[in-house]
Amino acid sequence: MADWETVIGMEVHVQPKTRSKMFCGCSVADVNEPPNTHVCEICLGLPGTLPAINRAAVEACIKTALALRCEIPRHTKFDRKNYMYPDLPKGYQISQYDLPMSVNGLLEVDGRKVRIRRVHLEEDTGKLVHAGDKLHKAWESYVDLNRAGVPLMEIVSEPDLRSADEARDYAIELRTVLRAIGASEADMEKGQLRAEPNVSIRRAGTDALGVKTELKNINSFRALHRAILYEVDRQQKLLETGGTVVQETRGWSEDEERTFSQRSKEFAEDYRYFPEPDLPPLELDRAWIEGLRAALPELPAIRRARLVSQHGLTAGQAAIISADRDLADLYETAVMQGAPPLPTANWIVNEVAPTGKLLDPAYLAELMTMLQAKDITRDQAREAYFESVETGRTPAEIVAEHGYRQVSDESELRVIAEAVIDANPKAVADYRNGKTQALNALLNELRKKAPQANPKVARELLLKLLS
Amino acid sequence: MTDDLTSLTIQDATRLLRLGSISSADLVTAHVERIERVDPRVKAYLRLTQDLWETQADEADRKIRRGDAGPLAGIPIAIKDVLCVRGVETTAGSQILRGFRPPYTGTAVSRLFEAGAVMLGVTNCDEFAMGSSTENSGYFPTHNPWDLERVPGGSSGGSAAAVASGEAIIALGTDTGGSIRQPAALCGVVGMKPTYGRVSRYGLIAFASSLDQIGPFARSVDDAALTLSLMAGYDPLDSTSSDRAAMEVLNNYGAGVKGMRLGVPREYYDVAGIEPGVKAAIDAALFILQKQGAEIVDVSLPHTDYGLAAYYIIAPAECSSNLARFDGVRYGLSEVDAPNITAEYSRTRRKGFGTEVRRRVMLGTYALSSGYYDAYYLKAQKVRTLIKRDFDAAFEKCDAVVSATSPTVAFPIGSKTQDPLSMYLCDVLTLGGNLAGLPGISVPCGTSDGLPVGLQVLGPQWGENVVFRVARAYEEASEMKAGVATPGPSPRRGEG
Repeated sequence: MADWETVIGMEVHVQPKTRSKMFCGCSVADVNEPPNTHVCEICLGLPGTLPAINRAAVEACIKTALALRCEIPRHTKFDRKNYMYPDLPKGYQISQYDLPMSVNGLLEVDGRKVRIRRVHLEEDTGKLVHAGDKLHKAWESYVDLNRAGVPLMEIVSEPDLRSADEARDYAIELRTVLRAIGASEADMEKGQLRAEPNVSIRRAGTDALGVKTELKNINSFRALHRAILYEVDRQQKLLETGGTVVQETRGWSEDEERTFSQRSKEFAEDYRYFPEPDLPPLELDRAWIEGLRAALPELPAIRRARLVSQHGLTAGQAAIISADRDLADLYETAVMQGAPPLPTANWIVNEVAPTGKLLDPAYLAELMTMLQAKDITRDQAREAYFESVETGRTPAEIVAEHGYRQVSDESELRVIAEAVIDANPKAVADYRNGKTQALNALLNELRKKAPQANPKVARELLLKLLS
Repeated sequence: MTDDLTSLTIQDATRLLRLGSISSADLVTAHVERIERVDPRVKAYLRLTQDLWETQADEADRKIRRGDAGPLAGIPIAIKDVLCVRGVETTAGSQILRGFRPPYTGTAVSRLFEAGAVMLGVTNCDEFAMGSSTENSGYFPTHNPWDLERVPGGSSGGSAAAVASGEAIIALGTDTGGSIRQPAALCGVVGMKPTYGRVSRYGLIAFASSLDQIGPFARSVDDAALTLSLMAGYDPLDSTSSDRAAMEVLNNYGAGVKGMRLGVPREYYDVAGIEPGVKAAIDAALFILQKQGAEIVDVSLPHTDYGLAAYYIIAPAECSSNLARFDGVRYGLSEVDAPNITAEYSRTRRKGFGTEVRRRVMLGTYALSSGYYDAYYLKAQKVRTLIKRDFDAAFEKCDAVVSATSPTVAFPIGSKTQDPLSMYLCDVLTLGGNLAGLPGISVPCGTSDGLPVGLQVLGPQWGENVVFRVARAYEEASEMKAGVATPGPSPRRGEG
């Protein structure tokens, strides 16, 4: 099994964050809005209409290209990709063929350098809704053009990924970058990020690429991972039993957990690309591009590395914090205002990231300092944190009002501890019979009655009383 | 009396309207009566727009009384069937769009409406503007008002015939390879094709996007210039429209030709198939221009021979893509009773498109196909660049280029329909202007064998004012006003 090498290149379609569509003024619909409510004569492709380029989409594409360290050529243009399908109102898609907005970039994922071939702009198609459960059984099909003309960036990598894990991590890193620079919300479930891996395998140690298949219908990072694993396994079994891989597009079926043939490239359509005559070639202003470059925030990978090297965070903490610009900004600002780095990182990972509730950085610094000084317990800090988020009052006020403090004096806790032991004879018996875990139950009871108790002191006290 | 009202220029009509001698409603009534009388024979109009002319004439009369009327207030206009008007059936001369009523009005038309124009109806044309005789209309052919057995030219034949027969004061057409200038010449009226990008194409049902331009038909150069100035100018809905000032098309255009150098390209002057009568009319025109003080210079457009071939690659290539949207799914003709979507497409398009449209869609699809793209489309684009350079070089030696608009006068209906190539040759003197994106006009310059001949003036890019200047000087000196034909039985003509 080890003598096969997996080779993956990724095509990722990303919907840039824009108010309107790529070539008209229609607002971009949320998923599940009533069909054909975000359409006009332009995105319906009515006779006589013409496209006009959405500047915000170009800006998002250039920002993405810059973040992916692409070159931005002096000239770029749009082309028509001609094919007829009922979800394509003009009978062609406006895309970019031989002069894309950007080329030759790079994205590093866990130390692997993935080359980016190009990032270009195009428009999305509409969607067909078939009455009946499957296309070939449908007796009627309906066309919803809400998505027709929605801008899409296509980010194409070179075949530099070597496993399903790498492909998934690449897609996640891409999402992180897109969110960090504000180019897209990149929500896979909303169809804002669609990953299509091109998968092939070859004998380890050889250079020639095997025949690839392109996988579609992938709706989550988990599905991406599983689809690739399935496909690699399928190709390997084929080749090992004397079969050949056919170059084709294969769909991932979430229900059946397999890929299935959709469209063979042997009968590949001739798209008859030619320059879009309705849109003059673009010559982007270099100063504008440099302005966008200068305004890019620190990229997640760089921030992540800095959090490890400068702040001493673990790789795991740094990854979670840097993946979200809001978390990372909260962390760094709080630390700048005096919050202790490691406890604050720990706090953000465990308390803030899962809830998404962000506190003012100065308040967080205040709270973390109290926690660090052992003035309050972690439970109290949590109470104070969320109360401060809700009310906007300072943690110090909240702590004072509730009389939060941490008690480390054994004598103050002894009465409560004894009461807990008396009230839980079963846990006490379990503990004495060797079930050490029963101690945690008793500890929890104690903390419920005395949230101010220093957990370490309380634990030692219980141990002493039980022995 | 009413006939008098149907041979006016904008200037004449405006004077009468402002004086209060007539109302816009009178003017419309005179035209509608004229249409009822002559259009059964000319067949310039596909549809009349009574609702529109009633409200627009009312509005014009109100504004004239209030004293805030626009420059075209009350002027009856005919609109070619490729320009979308909200709520008015617009079909590009094709059965495939039968019943299609656009939910919007295109930019050029709405600018003329804002200036007060009153729309009388939709004029006939070759299907999707593909043709030079209006015989390719998906409805019926239009007849030349000067000889009903002859074609009016095309593709904007209905608009040209409407102005020539007193059925409208001005009309709009579109010109992709000569479709305004050639019918203007054959019908004896003024027809102007602006620089590519001068007028927004928004609302123009595209034939070949990189060549199409909207332009006016009129009875005088002044009327054409005024109409153009009112619809020109940047439109955010058309990215290929220019932000140059619309009014520059009128700059100094009344200054006369004294001291101007007018180039006569020898490839145009001696073009194959040019009729002696046409050549004689052009010689006479050149003589008049010379007498007005212009210097006639010899220039060359060496790649002229390749222009036709390049044009018949580029235009079909673009049309094959532009016409893909007519698939029966959303509007127009729809043959839904088919076993699958591909069959539905084929049946709809086979039934809805005529022969010439199908021919060009196939030609263009072939020219763009993988493996043929470089040899055809890319090569044609290179030829296009060479043709532009030809004109650049010519305009270093002259201010404007003059020639015949069409090598022939109007030809008999049916005489070229069996031979597409001979039909394509009708555009040999005009399509260079489209490939190079230049402004051009055709003005009446006498007759040959009793039929109108047109003089073409081509100017450099954005040189509409130069084109108008030469055309106006000729019009004034020659006293060659566009006449209004009263179509009757075919006149007998001598033998040569």
